[in-house]
Amino acid sequence: MTRWFRFARLKRQKFFGSFFQKRTAFLALLLFCSAPAYAVSDPSEMLPDAAQEARAEAVGSQLRCLVCQNESIEDSNAGLARDLRAIVREQVKAGRSNQQIMDWMVARYGSFVRLKPPFSASTFLLWATPFLALVIGGVAAFLGGRRSPAAPLPLTDAERDRLAELSRTA
Amino acid sequence: MSATGAYAAAVLRRRLLMLAPLGVAVAGGAAFWTMLNRMQVGKFDPHDIGNPMLGKPIPDFDLPGVGSLAGFSSADLRAAAARQPVVLNFFASYCIPCAEEAEMLDALKQQGVQIWGIAWEDDPAKTADFLSRYGNPFTRVASDRRGTTFINFGLYGVPESFVIGSTGHIAWHLAGPISPEIAEKGLLPALRRASS
Amino acid sequence: MIPELGNFALALAVSLAFVQAVIGIWAAHRRDMRLMAATPGLAVGQLLALIGAALALVYASVHDDFSVINVAENSAIAKPLLYKITGTWGNHEGSILLWGLILGICGGLVAAFGRNLPSALRSRVLGVLGGTSAGFLLFCLTTSNPFLRDFPAPHDGRGMNPLLQDPGLAFHPPILYMGYVGFAVPFAFAVAALLEGRIDAAWGRWVRPWALTSWCFLTCGIAMGSWWAYYELGWGGYWFWDPVENASLMPWLTGTALVHSAIVVEKRESLKIWTVLLAIGTFSLSLSGTFLVRSGILNSVHAFANDPARGIFILGLLGLVIGGALLLFALRAPLLKSGGVFAPVSREGALVLNNILLCSICAVVIVGTMYPPFADLLLGQKISVGAPFFNATVLPLAIPVFAAMAVGPLLPWKRGRLWPLVVHAWWAALAATIVAGVCAIGMKVLPALAFGAATWLILGSFAEVVERTLLFRAPVVNSVRRARGLPVAVLGAAIAHAGMGVTIAGIAGMSLASNKIVEAKPGETFSVGGYQWTLLSVQNGEGSNYTSRIANIEVMKNGVPYAIMHPSRRNFVSQGQTTSDVAIRTNLMQDLYAVLGDEKGDSAVLRLHVNPLAPWIWLGAVVMAAGGALSLADRRLRVGAPSRLRNVVPA
Repeated sequence: MTRWFRFARLKRQKFFGSFFQKRTAFLALLLFCSAPAYAVSDPSEMLPDAAQEARAEAVGSQLRCLVCQNESIEDSNAGLARDLRAIVREQVKAGRSNQQIMDWMVARYGSFVRLKPPFSASTFLLWATPFLALVIGGVAAFLGGRRSPAAPLPLTDAERDRLAELSRTA
Repeated sequence: MSATGAYAAAVLRRRLLMLAPLGVAVAGGAAFWTMLNRMQVGKFDPHDIGNPMLGKPIPDFDLPGVGSLAGFSSADLRAAAARQPVVLNFFASYCIPCAEEAEMLDALKQQGVQIWGIAWEDDPAKTADFLSRYGNPFTRVASDRRGTTFINFGLYGVPESFVIGSTGHIAWHLAGPISPEIAEKGLLPALRRASS
Repeated sequence: MIPELGNFALALAVSLAFVQAVIGIWAAHRRDMRLMAATPGLAVGQLLALIGAALALVYASVHDDFSVINVAENSAIAKPLLYKITGTWGNHEGSILLWGLILGICGGLVAAFGRNLPSALRSRVLGVLGGTSAGFLLFCLTTSNPFLRDFPAPHDGRGMNPLLQDPGLAFHPPILYMGYVGFAVPFAFAVAALLEGRIDAAWGRWVRPWALTSWCFLTCGIAMGSWWAYYELGWGGYWFWDPVENASLMPWLTGTALVHSAIVVEKRESLKIWTVLLAIGTFSLSLSGTFLVRSGILNSVHAFANDPARGIFILGLLGLVIGGALLLFALRAPLLKSGGVFAPVSREGALVLNNILLCSICAVVIVGTMYPPFADLLLGQKISVGAPFFNATVLPLAIPVFAAMAVGPLLPWKRGRLWPLVVHAWWAALAATIVAGVCAIGMKVLPALAFGAATWLILGSFAEVVERTLLFRAPVVNSVRRARGLPVAVLGAAIAHAGMGVTIAGIAGMSLASNKIVEAKPGETFSVGGYQWTLLSVQNGEGSNYTSRIANIEVMKNGVPYAIMHPSRRNFVSQGQTTSDVAIRTNLMQDLYAVLGDEKGDSAVLRLHVNPLAPWIWLGAVVMAAGGALSLADRRLRVGAPSRLRNVVPA
């Protein structure tokens, strides 16, 4: 079922022309089938006030286009992304704060909509990765670097073989 | 003797450390295995984004109708749901799975299920055409041309369906067309729960 | 007939690969010289069979043999000849065959250039390569066979995805795959060393050229993909932190670490176990990258996992190759002799730091890419991890890498002091500070810092060369003489490091890009980035298998005509798809970039960009790869260089 549904959705996306767009197109790098790719937005979407438009873009670039693979609503030409862009701009114009706009989106689409997941118990490991990696690497390098040559390890089978072979050669 | 013990401990530590990469790989492989298997039976879908609206009251809206038919508002929907649970279906005329789903919706209607429809970002004339071509299973139909209500419901594609319970809360949600299997195992039980 | 021959050749390659695997490892184990001598022949035979199979597929595609399902589904009579050829690897089955072919080429190269490897080592390396090859070729033959027929044949094929009908993209997969698959050779060397139970400096010397070659290809492959995204996707982006891109970045990061740690093995007989792990890890990431990304776990659009046989086969294969190697590592690595002690401030100390940082970045990329499906599976939570996360986490880790990579080569081996760095690189640091300071006047903090870092890297990378040639301190003739005596690898490293600086400058420049989306009527003029852009007209055009709408845009600078640009939109009739063809005018210092969007009545939507230093992003990658290639030319690294182990095994 899931599979058919997915396929059917792709078909529908053709009606949007560019619904199924860039992100997918990038996957063509992996040599598989994909569909049209171009994104030119409508200039009339943009807010006349440059500062407001910049704020809208900043908020929008943190929001995931839900029907795309991994891009923000600012980068996408999908119909839904266009609608969400319009909502962001409406709310910016109405003077709502970035946090309020973000909360509005999360209330409807869950934290899935945030491209940069907030720090929480479930994302702890994600955000801790850089530190953990550095600490583990540092500790490993420290231990490895100062290891004193302890008693020699016993010969391995391979080494014993080689020894036998070398003595035979000699 | 103790030197040998310390040496043995060092060797053991070293062995355990060298096992770590294998451990990580095996854990990763097992997780991938589970994902692939669950994906094949439809239990796991990393691309389904879920719906945080589940369990919440329906958002407010007031939408116009299609053609000569009157639209409806969230108040109408709540009032209807208070009498009998409603299946709310989002669809569009350009959506092929919606057309394929029409038959299933019709069958549900024959069983006495109350279905209300909202057309997403669709020309009302085309919606009317769609309904005359594939049959109209909807008790009432409204047109969400701007897509605002669609977003307020936390939707990202059509078709999607909700069950609205007697208290006006969202009791069940499905992204994608209703199949006979889903109707049997998901939708109808949800309707029964919502009405009791 | 020809496709059947291709199928036969593929089956033959599978059998030869199996035999190569068994004989290679068995003969080395038994020290059977006659059998060991047979492995190179088997590797070459496997390569020839694979070339035959690939040619058969190309033949079927060029001759429009639509009875071959693969050709019918991906080609069409009207498709240009070039794409009939390159299209053979532009689909799942063909790309797997290409993958196998390149693995075969690697085996053939080891057989051809590995004459002075100890026979047992060569035999084991070829055995491991053969085993890997056998698995993937079997995958190709049984679940992804490009030679399957279907009768009656359709009259015409379904055609190729228009996005792939692009000369740049046509040659992108072979280069990228050379990178991915090339790391199979260091992997095979690592597994062979584990089987043998010993690693020494010579091992490091043999592995490094293979790792470096693959690294050069991978660098070029990633750059080509990024460049393709830039000119094909049409909104000026060049890196998206998409799972597919991340999958290519992961082996690049560990591969970079491998290229560096192998130096330590070679010079200091240290970091041996770590280098073996890196070699295994890099190829494992290449494999996981190419295959698991297609599994549907990360991207739904691939139909890969929808075929259960394929998904399970590939996971089993990955388990066998990666799991097997890591199991061997767990069993054998503790027995390897570990290296000596070294001081933190020394060349090897700097290389260890490089490895820690690169692997930390790699860990962030892996965890970031894999977190959403894992969070879904284990926690039942739907979250996204996108560009803002990666930018926030990777950048702080990359900064110390940039800081250290310019001056690392200045440190002496064994034990060094920091003071000489100041003496030798103060001028680069000064220049970087000045550049950053000047930039900070006119722009935001981050781009200014990035320009400073780029200056630091480009100049600092040559500090060693300047130092060793006594440039500016001794007479020029003297310096030239010294430069001649300089090991090529030193120059190569300097160039590769400077290439990174060029890329950083390009990225910094791109962050200053100006763009405007306009709805233009013919004759209307807009000002973007100091240029005046006038839409002259929009006209119809026709290509071999598409029709198009072409815009003519005149660009003026200060009233002087600068360029005429023709962005277009192509409509591919047979697929019913539209693609946009971006117009780019570059002078290497900046790109003018124009995209044609929808037309509304007599006006057209245009997207106009001025992207300063944009070409430097990819130019830097080319410079990096060139530096790597130059290092390969170093006599000390040449595969044919005499080896001290030549007479270990009596002939």
